[in-house]
Amino acid sequence: MGEELKLLGVWGSPFSRRVEIALKIKGVEYEYSEEDLFHNKSALLLEYNPVHKKIPVLVHNGKPIAESLVILEYIDETWKDSPLLPQDPYERAIARFWAKFLDEKCVPAVWKSCMSVGPEREKAQEEALEFLSTLEGELKGKKFFGGETVGFVDIVANFVGHWTGVLQEMAGVDILTEDKFPVLCKWAEEFQNCPVIKENLPPRDKLLAFFKAQRETITNFYKNKV
Amino acid sequence: MAEEVILLDFWPSPFGMRVRIALAEKGIAYDYKEEDLKNKSPLLLEMNPVHKKIPVLIHNGKPVCESLIAVQYIDEVWHDKSPLMPSDPYERAQARFWADYVDKKIYDLGRKIWSTKGEEQEAAKKEFVESLKLLEGELGDKPFFGGQAFGFVDVALVPFYSWFYAYETCGGFSIEAECPKIVAWAKRCLLRQSVSRSLPDPKKIHGFVLELKKRFGVE
Repeated sequence: MGEELKLLGVWGSPFSRRVEIALKIKGVEYEYSEEDLFHNKSALLLEYNPVHKKIPVLVHNGKPIAESLVILEYIDETWKDSPLLPQDPYERAIARFWAKFLDEKCVPAVWKSCMSVGPEREKAQEEALEFLSTLEGELKGKKFFGGETVGFVDIVANFVGHWTGVLQEMAGVDILTEDKFPVLCKWAEEFQNCPVIKENLPPRDKLLAFFKAQRETITNFYKNKV
Repeated sequence: MAEEVILLDFWPSPFGMRVRIALAEKGIAYDYKEEDLKNKSPLLLEMNPVHKKIPVLIHNGKPVCESLIAVQYIDEVWHDKSPLMPSDPYERAQARFWADYVDKKIYDLGRKIWSTKGEEQEAAKKEFVESLKLLEGELGDKPFFGGQAFGFVDVALVPFYSWFYAYETCGGFSIEAECPKIVAWAKRCLLRQSVSRSLPDPKKIHGFVLELKKRFGVE
């Protein structure tokens, strides 16, 4: 059957890369379209995600799906090989809980720790340390959040696994360090070395250069987002 | 096997109401435990150590936190009766998207309506109405968000109807005048026992909001 699958994304976005990782794990072919978020959102993006006007958007046979966690579940339900979520309803509820925790707590706190200034930054740093500590507790010596192999929560934690290191270097802050979070750092290393992940992460030096150069633009752009 | 289902909840919480509705739709017997949020029980702190919030669904001793996650869990475990999620993956994605939209918008905007004044309140009212209008557009001419059958998005949104009177009174506006289709939809949902028995009297919610305003020093 002629499947038409298109992803509207941004090369440096962890949310966009989550979808790419999932599609690669499933071995599904797709057409990728790079969006220019800061200056010129495409007509296609505005048509396919009129509500939020954000990436990623997955378009399957002309039908759009927005919000990375919603997209991940859609991918898992549509292509059943190499399941991302566990089969057991309770395990699934736990996976969804940690995905939500990552998106609503960890990502904003780490982002603000690196991108904010003054008291907002200090508060964010305290929170980031607390949230990462909670996350480390959940890992509990497992190789991945998904167990022996990368699963739903690992994919959602890509921001912790790759972007955090880059952002903290750019900002000159110490959040995710080995002495504070040995388990999480080891996980990050395993995560980044996983073949399917490795091929789907933006190169570290390119990401660092991007954040350094764009710091002000990004800070203004994301002021109302996170 | 004897199922043990406990719900840790707080009567005015729209999030708690979602889980009550889902349990009622499935006809599940459960033990309702009212939490005093100023004095959280050891059980709540043990079952939700990360957020220390209600609602918490406890099924045979195992906790499920976050209302929409609990509703999906209920739907998946008790899948033989009254399905709340559609079966088609694309329809499911749309249901999750709109439930997420409700989560991102309605509670926070509603809160701003009753707890702020002046420009901030006006801005919140405007955005609140815009959000409901968008949801009205998504509802269209369907009886429920899921189509012919009451479903996930309906469960996610309808609890906030019990707060409309409080929002209207505090904000000095009429939600029915702005979004008649949403109010009509909510009244349709209330014809279901699962909903009417899970939502408190809007006047009681208003009383609760007045108490909160006093406590937080909001005029």
